Amino acid sequence: MDRLKICVEDFNFYYGNVQALKNISMNVYKNSVVGIIGPSGCGKSTFLRSLNRMNDVINNVRVEGNVFIDGKNIFGSNVDVVDVRKKVGMVFQKSNPFPKTIFENVAYGLRINGIKDKKYIASKVERSLMDAALWDEVKDRLNESAFALSGGQQQRLCIARALAVEPDILLMDEPASALDPTSTAKIEELIQELKSNYTILIVTHNMQQAARISDMTAFFMLGELIEFDQTGTIFTRPKKKITEDYITGRFG
Amino acid sequence: MNKIKDKLIFFFFLLSGLIVVMLLAGIFYLLGSTSIHAFKEISLKQFFFSDNWNPNAYGEPSYGIVSMIVSTFMVTIGSLVIAVPLGIGTAAYLSDIASEKVREIVKPVIEILAAIPSVVIGFLGIVLIGPIVAKIFHIQSGLNAVNGSILLAVMALPTIISLSEDALTAVPNTYTEASLALGATKWQTLVKVKIPAALSGILASCMLGMGRAVGETMTVLMATGCAPAMPHSFLDSVRTLTSSIAIELGEVAYFSTHYYALFAVGLVLFIITFIINLASDIILHNYQKVYN
Amino acid sequence: MKYRDISQAIGFLFLKACLAIVLFFLVLIIWDISSKGIGTINWAFLTQMPKNGMTEGGIFPAIVGTFFVSIITGVFSIPLGICCAIYLNEYSKNNWFTRLIRMSIRNLAGVPSIVYGLFGVVLFVQMLKMGTSILSAGCTLGIMTLPVIITASEEALKNVPRSYREGSLALGATKWQAIRTNVLPYSIPGMLTGTILGLARAAGETAPILFTGAAFFIPFLPKSLFSQFMALPYHLYIMSTQHHSIIKVRPIAYATALVLIVLVFSMNLIAVLLRYKLRKVKKG
Repeated sequence: MDRLKICVEDFNFYYGNVQALKNISMNVYKNSVVGIIGPSGCGKSTFLRSLNRMNDVINNVRVEGNVFIDGKNIFGSNVDVVDVRKKVGMVFQKSNPFPKTIFENVAYGLRINGIKDKKYIASKVERSLMDAALWDEVKDRLNESAFALSGGQQQRLCIARALAVEPDILLMDEPASALDPTSTAKIEELIQELKSNYTILIVTHNMQQAARISDMTAFFMLGELIEFDQTGTIFTRPKKKITEDYITGRFG
Repeated sequence: MNKIKDKLIFFFFLLSGLIVVMLLAGIFYLLGSTSIHAFKEISLKQFFFSDNWNPNAYGEPSYGIVSMIVSTFMVTIGSLVIAVPLGIGTAAYLSDIASEKVREIVKPVIEILAAIPSVVIGFLGIVLIGPIVAKIFHIQSGLNAVNGSILLAVMALPTIISLSEDALTAVPNTYTEASLALGATKWQTLVKVKIPAALSGILASCMLGMGRAVGETMTVLMATGCAPAMPHSFLDSVRTLTSSIAIELGEVAYFSTHYYALFAVGLVLFIITFIINLASDIILHNYQKVYN
Repeated sequence: MKYRDISQAIGFLFLKACLAIVLFFLVLIIWDISSKGIGTINWAFLTQMPKNGMTEGGIFPAIVGTFFVSIITGVFSIPLGICCAIYLNEYSKNNWFTRLIRMSIRNLAGVPSIVYGLFGVVLFVQMLKMGTSILSAGCTLGIMTLPVIITASEEALKNVPRSYREGSLALGATKWQAIRTNVLPYSIPGMLTGTILGLARAAGETAPILFTGAAFFIPFLPKSLFSQFMALPYHLYIMSTQHHSIIKVRPIAYATALVLIVLVFSMNLIAVLLRYKLRKVKKG
């Protein structure tokens, strides 16, 4: 199918001798939002970080199996990890703006890619901030430090920063977990808008959030993908007992 | 492209790490390979067991380093006798009694003591401490082992104080609270609980202070008289391994037996400090393991 | 009063006495040198050549020599030290090679200064044919300073949050791009602090330069990197032990000592202020 964006096949992941992910297989289609839920330590963040190979940063890890993005195995021997990360953007749990101005934060990704054209950079920064629904709030103070923004604004700035590099896929690791309800609502709204142009995978520990924003939901436990289906199906008639127990709040 | 470039950059930084390793190895190798020539003419037995160091003796020069080793350890032990109680006492005061404000002021002040160049300390040994020592002991010259010990103690103090204070501060609060809750006074808690708990850290700090004292050159060179003979008491003039090199290397011909012998003295010095530092390292490492 | 209260009172008194003695030493040192050195110091003393067999005149060449040799020390040790710190903090894995580097650094820090002098004589003066010169002495001091600079630089790199690196990598930066654009700029002030402290120590050292380039007396300023030179700490050594009329030149020795400690203290002060400012920026 040409709408298949990410295809994970028998994927295993090890920290030293500890296996953190077991035989994960999953297909993600273009322009869909996948919510990833599960108890703490179940491997959902590890899985997300595998999709742009951010786990390479950690020493002593090993992977087995394949992850195809647009038909290309990102763990293949000829793959440049930098290209993978340009294609697959990431937003972290704790907003992590750089200690630069708002403008420079968004421009950073462009500059490291060797873009020098000032006009292009300015327009791209504006476009990205608009897409991240932040432009109106910051357009008059682009040269202020990013740390002057509120927590929710900082997180949207990090989204804008990721968008500026023009990825196809956005990975979000509990992007709203440190935010107040209003800011969370804004981020959720934003995700709905971004869906038309991006494929989004979002880890969340908030089940209502997963139910609200995602098309598909994946339930992880102890490093295994227990169930993966339409969000509606998972939340109303899960096939496995354990999924039901988790969703109805019996553990986790 | 990126991959190759990143790999090259990686190797560049790796190389700088390698250079650092090679520098230590190089010091060891060059000292060793230079000193080895000394033993073509000097017997190991003479070098290590004779107390007669007289390279310029007419006819039969002699190269025994026993008196230098004894001298080195005399001033080192002398300095530790002074610096260890003072250093631990000060560290305990700073960690347990001093208010936050006093600590904020005193700690940088003690850092100042560490910054004073050794040649200045040596100079004070000549003009200030030496004469006082002479007066107290009613001797002609104060340039002797006592003088050297006092000055080396001053130099070792900052190391001992700051590392011991770290060790005392690192003792978990739960220990202190448990002891106080049992009705112990602060002093009892300090002596019976905190100091024993921090002992390996304190010991390591003393070893490092000792390493500094053994290797210190200018202070002992200037302030201990430097008579090349076996010292019999702390009021004798002494000549350590370091000051022998400093005095004589400037006057010997390159590549003479005497020159090589001085490198052999340097090698002995290097090995002694290496062992002391290694020992303090091992103590400190074990101590960190206990707390983590 | 109970027995245990008395023992505590005596114990605390002992600790206070320890601190008092330590501070007394420091005050004694500084007071003695300042009070006896200040009288000789004037503009001419700082800017003139020594005269009449060094019994009169100033210490200008010694100041210049110390300045030049410190520059060589910095040029040698700062780039190498920072690169090594970058390797350790950013690239190294937890393996035997990393442990070997760390062990080497710790041991280099413990090598006696006179042994560095011996090493300098063999490597720089003889093998590399640099002769007794500013260059040889500067390189010797550079090796000695290396551990201080590496340790301080690594500390500065460690203080840059992990999220700066990850955020940059996630945007498709190569590892080196992430370090260059998003780690180094924020660690430079910390590195600078450590570097100044290291250079201050080197500027006050005597033993490593005894045989690698420092000279008793040179009637003119050094002409090139291959000249011998006069240096403040060596000059103090000469003036207090080797001069032919030691008692007569004692005021000069005191003044030299004062200039030396003022130099070293001001470098330390700059470093401390920098560190203080840095902490404030971080909190703000």
